[in-house]
Amino acid sequence: MEREDLQSPAPPPASRAPSRRAALLGIGAVAGVGAVDLGAFLFASGRLTPDRLTPGRLTDGFETVFGKHAGFRRNHAKGVGVAGSFLANGAGNAVSEAVVFEDGRRTPVTGRFSLSGGVPDVADATQTVRGLGLRFDLPDGEQWRTAMINRPVFQDRTPQGFYERMLAFKAMPGTGKPDPEKTAAFLAKHPETVRAMELAKQHPPTSGFADSSFNGLNTFHFTNGSGDTVPVRWSLIPLQPVRPAAKGPLGRNELFEKLIAALDAGPLRWRMVLTIGRPEDPVDDATAAWPDTRRTIDAGVLTLTSARTEAAGEGRDINFDPTVVPRGIAPSSDPLLSARSAVYAQSFTRRAGEGIRTSPVKAAEESDV
Amino acid sequence: MSEAAADDREVLASPAGEPAQFPLFSRWLHWVMAGLVVVMLFIGAGMMASLGDYRFLVSVHKPLGMGVLALAVIRLMYRLTHRAPPLPRSMNRTERRAATASECLLYGLMVAQPLVGWAMVSASDTPFELGGVHMPAIVPPDPGLYSALRETHAVFGYALFLLFTMHMLAVLAHALVLRDGLLTRMALWRRPRIRTAAPSRFSHRGKRREGSNAV
Repeated sequence: MEREDLQSPAPPPASRAPSRRAALLGIGAVAGVGAVDLGAFLFASGRLTPDRLTPGRLTDGFETVFGKHAGFRRNHAKGVGVAGSFLANGAGNAVSEAVVFEDGRRTPVTGRFSLSGGVPDVADATQTVRGLGLRFDLPDGEQWRTAMINRPVFQDRTPQGFYERMLAFKAMPGTGKPDPEKTAAFLAKHPETVRAMELAKQHPPTSGFADSSFNGLNTFHFTNGSGDTVPVRWSLIPLQPVRPAAKGPLGRNELFEKLIAALDAGPLRWRMVLTIGRPEDPVDDATAAWPDTRRTIDAGVLTLTSARTEAAGEGRDINFDPTVVPRGIAPSSDPLLSARSAVYAQSFTRRAGEGIRTSPVKAAEESDV
Repeated sequence: MSEAAADDREVLASPAGEPAQFPLFSRWLHWVMAGLVVVMLFIGAGMMASLGDYRFLVSVHKPLGMGVLALAVIRLMYRLTHRAPPLPRSMNRTERRAATASECLLYGLMVAQPLVGWAMVSASDTPFELGGVHMPAIVPPDPGLYSALRETHAVFGYALFLLFTMHMLAVLAHALVLRDGLLTRMALWRRPRIRTAAPSRFSHRGKRREGSNAV
């Protein structure tokens, strides 16, 4: 009604209707504020910058490379759940006040062994990166989640590097191998990845999951009861005898079959080793190894007692977000940690929405395959 | 003729021709929450777009969300137990209805959105610590439930952004185009002039100055 009044040539005398010019300015100001508001929101949500790498776009990258497999993790899709516990010896409390390191404390652990890649029924291969995700359930609802792999260092320093490598090394249809031009162009741009791959060659994969070392790779800050903080990387070193990998191709599910058979026969154990960095050691570059001379602490023993098919195990439903840590452990500034948290959440959200499905690793079926 | 009736009530509620205001407590809550909600909307949008800052944004988003929940509950209770000042005469019945409906929706979303966020974290079985206190899970861990809540959180987030934007633009239109004193109801300043001339302006200021000198 007021607007109509404004348009009429003679406004009613009682009205304090502003001049037409003031009204137009006001309308312009309102429209301007609206445009800025909407534009800022769209910008913040990444919609105005299609080239910017976001958690959603990085996750899309997995679907581009591996295909979309509804209900499965976008990476490390093939896996099997395990359960066990961690028995601490108290030594870890020297660097972290986390209760998980308290002398004699046994912490229940749920985990998952996996192979990297987004294909849930991919054939086992010796060179495929092996993963171990763990969730330690501490008192008072605290948790420690970690996702480790059997490589000495990570291949990429940044999420952007990870994304570009994934696309550059995508297998071409036909040959099943990556495009050599693309991989060469990527490696020329990423000397840190070249170094990481060379280091990996010095640590060849072992015969299976049970005799693999698993490394956290990213750096965390540990704080002890006195308030002292140090940079730490952790590893799990197998207590099983380490055997070299067999030459030649593996059976389709051979690595998982052997793991399940070993767990059926008895518990498997790993020593948890904390490596304490010095001030000059990089905390924000997971491709850079720390010198072998760094102080290490043997914090206790992880014992895994049972393999579960994923359907029965909780391991299937856990997002092994490495930034879920207890008091006494904090993520460092390593850019991979924040990105892993974001992308793991994307992957979990997508597969939860699709209905989580079970990786087709089932001990009973192996003989038929 | 209900419009005329509404106008009568308005006149009764505002006998001196001065715009009535919400209680000072409500006005402060409004502006503090306005800031919080806008910051939260942009943090939420940033969480969808950011890899490097994701962890930091989440660590701010969770406690701020609990802050919004606490303030929204206080504000809703206060709003339900206190009468709101009248809307300006310039608003017709449709506009009044729109204003009331958007107010109800905003209150509903400000309470519901943090609860959905909290439930989402619970359903994903992720620990939720607030100021050293472990917050209880409000729903059982369940990926399917998590997914539904996550969707709801996104829809509510967009709805809140749209409502906030319409609310802000409508109030700005009243303030800059219609100049009917609507903003004064919620303003932190006191503006004692609306449709009468302004003799009271200086006297009010004078009173306030005296008051502040006395303090």
